[in-house]
Amino acid sequence: CHAAIIKMDLKKKKKKKLYWAHIWMHGTPSICQLRLILYILHVCSVISRFTPEILRKGIHGDTMTENGCEYRERVLTMDTMNPNVKRVEYAVRGPIVQRAVQIERELKMGIKKPFTEVIRANIGDCHAMGQKPITFFRQVLALCSYPDLLEDGKFPEDAKSRARRILQACGGGSLGAYSTSQGIEMIRQDIARYIERRDGGITCDPDNIYLSTGASDAIVTMLKLLVSGEGMSRTGVMISIPQYPLYSATLAELGAVQISYYLDEDNCWSLDISELRRALQEAKKHCSPRALCIINPGNPTGQVQSRQCIEGVIRFAAAEKLFLMADEVYQDNVYADGCKFHSFKKVLFEMGLEYSEKVELASFHSTSKCYMGECGFRGGYMEVVNLDPEVKVQLTKLVSVRLCPPVPGQALLDVVVNPPQPDEPSYDTFIKERTDTLATLAEKANMTQEILNQVPGIKCNPVQGAMYTFPRIHLPPKAILEAKEKEQTPDMFYCMKLLEETGICLVPGSGFGQRDGTYHFRMTILPPKEKLKIVLAKIKEFHQHFMAQYS
Amino acid sequence: KGNPKTGKGQGRHQTIIKQINSLKSNTQRQGKAENRKMDNLSISNYFYLQVLAACLYPALLEDDSLPLDVKQRAESLLRECDGGSVGSYTDSSGIAKIKHCVSQYITRRDGGVPSSPDNIFIKSGSQTIMLKLLIRSKDSCQTGVLIPVPTYASFTLALEEQGAAIIPYHLCEEQGWTLQVEELRKALHTGRKTCNPVALYICNPGNPTGHIQSRKSIEEVIRFAAEERLFILADEVYQSCVYADDTEFYSYKKVLSEMGSTISSTVELASFNSVSKGFMGECGLRGGYVELVNLDPAVKEYARRLFSTRSCPPVVGQMALDLMANPPRPGDPSFPTFSEVSEVFAELPGISCQPLKAGFFVFPCLHFPPKAIKWAKMEPDMLYCLHLLEETGLHVRPGCEYGQRKDSHHIRFNIMEDALQRLKTFHTRFMKEFS
Repeated sequence: CHAAIIKMDLKKKKKKKLYWAHIWMHGTPSICQLRLILYILHVCSVISRFTPEILRKGIHGDTMTENGCEYRERVLTMDTMNPNVKRVEYAVRGPIVQRAVQIERELKMGIKKPFTEVIRANIGDCHAMGQKPITFFRQVLALCSYPDLLEDGKFPEDAKSRARRILQACGGGSLGAYSTSQGIEMIRQDIARYIERRDGGITCDPDNIYLSTGASDAIVTMLKLLVSGEGMSRTGVMISIPQYPLYSATLAELGAVQISYYLDEDNCWSLDISELRRALQEAKKHCSPRALCIINPGNPTGQVQSRQCIEGVIRFAAAEKLFLMADEVYQDNVYADGCKFHSFKKVLFEMGLEYSEKVELASFHSTSKCYMGECGFRGGYMEVVNLDPEVKVQLTKLVSVRLCPPVPGQALLDVVVNPPQPDEPSYDTFIKERTDTLATLAEKANMTQEILNQVPGIKCNPVQGAMYTFPRIHLPPKAILEAKEKEQTPDMFYCMKLLEETGICLVPGSGFGQRDGTYHFRMTILPPKEKLKIVLAKIKEFHQHFMAQYS
Repeated sequence: KGNPKTGKGQGRHQTIIKQINSLKSNTQRQGKAENRKMDNLSISNYFYLQVLAACLYPALLEDDSLPLDVKQRAESLLRECDGGSVGSYTDSSGIAKIKHCVSQYITRRDGGVPSSPDNIFIKSGSQTIMLKLLIRSKDSCQTGVLIPVPTYASFTLALEEQGAAIIPYHLCEEQGWTLQVEELRKALHTGRKTCNPVALYICNPGNPTGHIQSRKSIEEVIRFAAEERLFILADEVYQSCVYADDTEFYSYKKVLSEMGSTISSTVELASFNSVSKGFMGECGLRGGYVELVNLDPAVKEYARRLFSTRSCPPVVGQMALDLMANPPRPGDPSFPTFSEVSEVFAELPGISCQPLKAGFFVFPCLHFPPKAIKWAKMEPDMLYCLHLLEETGLHVRPGCEYGQRKDSHHIRFNIMEDALQRLKTFHTRFMKEFS
C-alpha cells in the first residue's frame, strides 16, 4: 500500500493529550490492508514513544477499544488514582536510567553509537560493577539454603557452625519458612551484641531491633508512624538538601510536609545548626515539624559528620522535640584521613542522661553497602531508642502486615555481625577480602576527586565516605536556555547529552535537591579502577566539548 | 493482633506468640502455613534447593556433586544478574528473563491466553502497591474495598493502614463458603452509603475457608464487577493446592478472557501469586508477582515508579519464582489427603466442617455448649484456642480474627496429620468438660 502520515495534531481533550495522525491512502484498502497499516503504526508508535492509546481508540474516534467495542471509562485512571502517587519521583531509577536501558537494547540490536557499552554509574550497586562478594558470607548462605552441603568437606567448619546455628533458629530448619514479623529473635540478639561492641559497651535491647527488607523498608515504616495531622498540624519532616530521594518520594507518597535544610557545599557539605534552625522556624509557620532525618556518611555528598556536629544535632533535636532518623548504611565506608564514623546512638548515650533518656532515635543499617554490597538480598534493620511503649506495640503491628522480611537477608545480617574471629579458619581470607574492598574504594574516591577537580568548570568536594561523588558543574547560560526550551532541568539536559554521546549514565543533581541556580550530578565510584579512569577521562572530554559548544 | 474491628483479643495475641516462641521443638506452628517437612522432601524440592545454593555460592558450579541440570539452571539465572551476583540490584519489577518465564507459566496455566511480561511485577509478598494506587486517603469520601467474611487477616490490616473503608460481604457457610453475587450486591449497596467503593477483593482458593470458586461463580463475579465498575483484586496464591477430585482451579484472567470482548478488554484485574504456598512453600524467600490486566498505561507507569522506590524484590525470591514457574517436573504437595481430614471431623461432636476443596486451611464451625459460652469472659473461640495451646502446644487461630456471623464460632486450622490427632484428643476432652 501507499500510505503516508500527512498531518500530526496535538490536541488537548479534557486533561488528556491526543495525537491525531491523518493517513492518506491510495486506493481503497481492504480490511486486511487496514489491519496491516494499523499494526505498522502500532510498531512505530512503540518505537517513537507515543502512547499506544491512540491506536486502541481506532479510526472511529476515541470511544472504541481495539475490538471495536464501546470504550468504558476505567475504574483506575490518572484522575481516580491516589493523587499522592503522582508526586513520587525517584531519580536514581528515573527517566535517565530508562533511556540508558533503551540505549543498551539499541546497542544489542546492532545500532551504531559513539560507544560500545553503557556504563551505569547511577546506582550504588557494587556487585554489578564487579566487586566480589565476601566468600565466607556466601558459603554460609549456601549451606543454609541447601543443608545437605553440611556434609560436604569443601566447606570450612566455621561456616558450617554458623549455618547450623541459623537453621536452628529458623522455623522447620529452613530459610523458606516465615519468621516472626520483627525478625528471627536469635538474629536480633546477635545484632544487639554487635551494636554493643561497636558502641563501646552501651546496652542494646534486642527487642528494639526490627529487621526489615533493606533499610528502605524500615525508613518508610518509621515515616508512616510519624505522619499525621491536617493543615497546620500536618507532620513536617526535615531532610537535607541534597538527599537520597527515597525520603522525598516517601514524604510525597504519604502527603507529609518536606522541610529542606541545606548542607554547606563550600564547607565540604557540612551541617550547620543555624541552617537547621532557620529551616525549622520557617516550617513552623505552616506545619508541625516532628522529625529530622540525617544520612551519615552522606548520600549523595559523601560527607562524614564530625562528633561535634552530631552532638549539635542531638542537642537541637532535644530542644526542638524532634524524632531523629539516622541513616547509617554507609558506616564502614569512611576513607578520608581524620574522618571517623560516630554512631548517633553512641554519641547520644555519651552525652548523659539528660539526652539519652529523652531523645527518640531510630538508626538504620543494611547489607547493601559497606564492604558487603549485597543489595539484592534486601537485608536491613533499624534500632529504636526511647520509643513510646504504646507506639512500639503499633509498630510491631504495622510490620506484621508485610508478614516478614526475606529470611536469606536476615541470615546474611547474622553472618555480617558474626564474622570469622582470629582463631577461625576463614579469618585470614575474610580480613583480606574486606580490607581489599574498602582500600580499593578509598583509592577510587581519591582518584575521582583529583581527576574531576582538574576539569575547569567542575568542582568536586572530597569524597570522605559512602560511594558517590556529587560535583558541581558550571553550565553556560546558552545551555541553560536550550534546556528550558526542551523542558528539562539544565543538569538533566547535561546528563542526557553525556549519556547519548559517551554511554555514561549519571543522575542529575536535581534528583537529589540542590540550591537554586546550582547544578550537579551524582556519579558512583564503583566501576573497576581502570574503567573508572576511562570514565573520568571521558567526562572531562565531554565537559570541555560541552563548554565550548555552549559558550 | 486482635479483631480489627472491635479490638478484642489484642494483647492476648502477643501472649500467644510469646508462648509459642518459648515452647520447644515439638510446637506445631499453625498460625503461618508451614508445609516444609524436612523428612519428606520430594525430588523436585532437592532441585530447587541445589539451584539456589549454587546461585548463592557459584564456586559450587565447579563441584562434581551437583547434577548437570542444576548447574545449567543456576548458570542461566546468574547470567541475568548484574556482575553475575545475586547481591546486585535488579530491575524494580524483577529480572526480565524471570518475568518472561512467569508469563509463559501463566499462559500454560490458562490454556494459551497470552500474558505479557510487561504486565508482570515481581514483588516481595504484599499487595500494598496496588492498594496505594487505588486508595485515596485524603478524600472526604473514603475509598472502599469489598472484602469477604471470613478473610485473610493481614489484608484487612493492610487496608486499614492505607486508610480504606472496609465493606464486608459474607460467604455462605451452609453451601461450602460460596460467594453469592446477591450478597455482593447487598454489601455494595450498603457500602455506597458511606464510602466510595472502587475495588473487590477475592481470595480464591479461599483463606481461611478452603473453598474454590466454580467457573460459573467467577463469571458472575466478573460480570458484577463490570456492571458496578469495580477493580478486581484476585488473591490466587493457593492455586497450586487443589485436592478434591471434582474441582479445578480457574484463574480470573482465564475466565475473563473467555467472556466476550466487551468485558474481557475492559474489566481491570490484578491477580496475585507467590512461592509461599503450593509445592514450593518457600514463604521466607518472599517471592511473588502480580499480573495486571487492562490497566491504564499511564497508571502502570506510576505503578512502575512506586515499585522503583522500593529498589527491587529480593533476588533469591525471584529465583525461587523462576523455579516455581518452570519446574523440572510437576511435584505433588505432601499434604494429607482430603478424606482424612473430613473423617476426623465427622467423628467429633460439636464441630462441623465444610468440604475442603483447596488451600492449606479448614475453617470448622465449633458448636459450643451454653455452659462454655457463659463461662468464657472473652470470645469463646479465642478461649478455645488458648486452652488448646496450653494443653497440646497446638496453635490455631480463632474465627473472630477472620470475621464470622454473629454468635457463630470457628477456628482456622492448618491441615497436618499430627495436628489433627492433637485436636481430636483435646476437643473430646473440652466438650466433655463443658457439656
